[in-house]
Amino acid sequence: MILIKKGRLLDPMTDRDEVLDVLISGDSIAKIDKNIPGTDADQVINASGLIVAPGLIDVHTHLREPGYEWKETIKTGTMAAARGGFTTVVCMANTDPVNDNKSVTEYIMKKARTEGVVRVLPCGAITKGLKGEDLSEMGEMQQAGAVAVSDDGRSVRNSRLFLTALEYARLFRLAVICHCEDETLSGGVVHEGFASLLTGLDAVPSIAEEIMVQRDIAIARYAGSPVHITHVSTAGSVEIIRGEKERYTKVTCDTCPHYFTLSDEATLTYDTNAKVNPPLRSRADVAAIKEGLRDGTIDIIATDHAPHDAVSKDVEFDLASSGISGLETAFALSLALVHEGVLDLKGLLTKMTANPARLLSLPHGALAAGKPADLIVFSEDAEWTVDKNTFYSKGRNTPFQGLKLRGKNLVTIMGGKIVYSGP
Amino acid sequence: MERVLLDEKAVERSINRITHEILEKNQGSTHLSLIGIRTRGIFLAKRIRDKIKEIENRELPLGVLDITMYRDDIAKLKAPLEVKKTEIPFNVNNMTIVLIDDVLYTGRTTRAAIDAIMDLGRPNKIQLAVLVDRGRRELPIQPDYTGVFYTAATEEEVSVRLREMDGKDEVLLSKSP
Amino acid sequence: MNWTHKDLLGIRELSREEILYLLDTADSFRDISRRAIKKVPTLRGKTVVTFFYEPSTRTRISFEIAAKRLSADTINISASSSSTVKGETLKDTARNLEAMRPDVIIMRHSMPGAPFMLSRILDSSVINAGDGSHEHPTQALLDLFTMKERKETLDGLRIAIVGDIVHSRVARSNIFALRKFDTEVTCCAPPTMIPPGLEALGVKVTHSLEEAVANKDVIMMLRIQKERGGASTIPSIREYASFYCLNESHLRRAKRDVIVMHPGPMNRGVEISDQVADGPYSVILNQVENGVAVRMAVLYLLSGGEV
Repeated sequence: MILIKKGRLLDPMTDRDEVLDVLISGDSIAKIDKNIPGTDADQVINASGLIVAPGLIDVHTHLREPGYEWKETIKTGTMAAARGGFTTVVCMANTDPVNDNKSVTEYIMKKARTEGVVRVLPCGAITKGLKGEDLSEMGEMQQAGAVAVSDDGRSVRNSRLFLTALEYARLFRLAVICHCEDETLSGGVVHEGFASLLTGLDAVPSIAEEIMVQRDIAIARYAGSPVHITHVSTAGSVEIIRGEKERYTKVTCDTCPHYFTLSDEATLTYDTNAKVNPPLRSRADVAAIKEGLRDGTIDIIATDHAPHDAVSKDVEFDLASSGISGLETAFALSLALVHEGVLDLKGLLTKMTANPARLLSLPHGALAAGKPADLIVFSEDAEWTVDKNTFYSKGRNTPFQGLKLRGKNLVTIMGGKIVYSGP
Repeated sequence: MERVLLDEKAVERSINRITHEILEKNQGSTHLSLIGIRTRGIFLAKRIRDKIKEIENRELPLGVLDITMYRDDIAKLKAPLEVKKTEIPFNVNNMTIVLIDDVLYTGRTTRAAIDAIMDLGRPNKIQLAVLVDRGRRELPIQPDYTGVFYTAATEEEVSVRLREMDGKDEVLLSKSP
Repeated sequence: MNWTHKDLLGIRELSREEILYLLDTADSFRDISRRAIKKVPTLRGKTVVTFFYEPSTRTRISFEIAAKRLSADTINISASSSSTVKGETLKDTARNLEAMRPDVIIMRHSMPGAPFMLSRILDSSVINAGDGSHEHPTQALLDLFTMKERKETLDGLRIAIVGDIVHSRVARSNIFALRKFDTEVTCCAPPTMIPPGLEALGVKVTHSLEEAVANKDVIMMLRIQKERGGASTIPSIREYASFYCLNESHLRRAKRDVIVMHPGPMNRGVEISDQVADGPYSVILNQVENGVAVRMAVLYLLSGGEV
């Protein structure tokens, strides 16, 4: 039994915001009340001055296992997730072998059960091998535990196939997560703007993303299927989604912390840690992303955690792998939105707990008696400096090295067990 | 604390004497030229040239030499020195050249100047004229014409001021800070 | 003034004063190439390595001659003959090189930022001899030197840069450099060869060659960068040439003492006609000569002194 005392309980799903105690028994929440006596508890956590919230749910993570274990494993990735305040992560299918069939899904589920530290929900591939040619066996994957499908890393270029995929995925209630990128336009490594003018790097125009956002939503609307656009990065995309939501409600989307924290100016020094796909955009796009979060156009904040080994990043910018190792900095970077006044705390937590849970129809994301005990205790104001050398993730590729952040996750509890406890 | 080694009149007299000595030593020489080492050597060379014109109605060819590229201490400098133009508008081959500088100290500048001239051709003779020889040579180099000889201590600074550049003519001694 | 840079990675980082200082220094070094003994002992004992990942004859030879005229020892490495073929990363190749203690490494690479990366990991001085479409600082310096030599001053000049601007590091470096002076720069190419937002660099943009050359002091012609995808932005070389090849009739619209420049190598008949290339307004060969002087100045300033 674990007792968390005097924390400010903030749960968007049950709409609670008050100082309460939480008693955990086994893997569920036993009781939430004022002044619960601590006599039966083996462990008492003093959360006064801190906030108790549902564990964060990341709908977009790369755990790299099977196939790229030198970049990350399910074990190290979930440890990083726990540290970052995430009790559930959805892992993408671009492993080796690709997760496009139930065997790989089962492998991931098994590894997650035995070595994972938080809940791992696989996202299967839409197409076999991520090749964009044939549908993968979504039904069997769903039975094995997959909660969503995505060809993340690429779009499904063939529109007819994408339409079919949306209709088929609906049968198994799998969320379809779309990486929007027109590859005929995106043969570049940075955003096409003033920064690329100065660096001479091959650049990707915003429309490479926006065209596919438009297309994917139009097809979903036609099919009457829900669609989720992931890692939205441009002002144009936000505008399109905002407009579409007015006439079609089954569109959701997420963005990642780097898109509301950094602009393409981070690439002026050819720092490969700032190389990510979609690329970091202009300041105007950053402002539009923040506005999209503020007015509800963007529903979810995900991490797109993409760990890479040092060698993949320690090369010429053109050759470097894309991606940011983000699990351990995401929450603090997102809290900055609260400090800036873009969102209030409840609004932020909604985007990282309630909305992801809703997207994936998960039983988690709320704090109530009888519910699974997935929660975090965090400080809204604790100051700390990002040091990649202390990351739990194998991926040290972060453009935030040395950044002073305000707001820190201190304790993560998943299924009633403390899976992270830090200073 | 500064001490005057040569005042204005003394500088003038030295230059006069050097000019006459150059003419005497190179009597009858048809291939005689002057090369001033940057920076103050140039002004001295010009004055000597003008005086020779007055005395013998001969205009000697005059060259300007920047020795920065030939220094032997480039690797030890904190920052690269400014390289200025070398302008020697005559053929040094078979020429008797009088190298002119304001101060002769270790002899390294002269060595560099000699190397620079050698890269332009093969002069007949090179002679050296200096306003001040302050001794403490580090290379076996001796002037042919000297304004004043004064063995300055290493921590003493010998400053030559010329009216073209500094407003007045004088040679000062001071203790370096 | 005091030269404080350890590397020359781009001309954008230099101030106007630093550029003028470099050009003045180059002026002093040019005389060396015109006399019988084309050598000074200034960089005696220094090791200069040219590290060219991309093929180039003229730039490499220009640097090599510059280094040798300063009495430095030169070594040339090209990517095909290096261990890159064996899968060694740039970083490892550089580290291995550094263990042999070169004083200056001159690098040309097809990817922007590569010399920048090298300068961060090496103690040696790094000179960027061209990195992808980013910059080619010594080219811009010799271009400015050539302009200054003919026009006395850079301020007040009106310059046209014509050609594959989006892929051209020569264009970028020249634009950065010229805009530090009181100049009017006009870029001319079909829209497909002009990067969006180029005006933000302080240049005018036109798609008409006639308009571009009107009343100009300097016309700089650039080659289509086929190796960087330049050919895919136009339907054919033949059509490009019919609209953008500089010929004598164009020159009549420029100022009477206009000079025509080209970084080389030229594609005669594509961006420049034979008559113009060999005509009285062309300073293309002066550019080559000045290249050695400018590179001598750069080598001297980067390695003369324990910077």
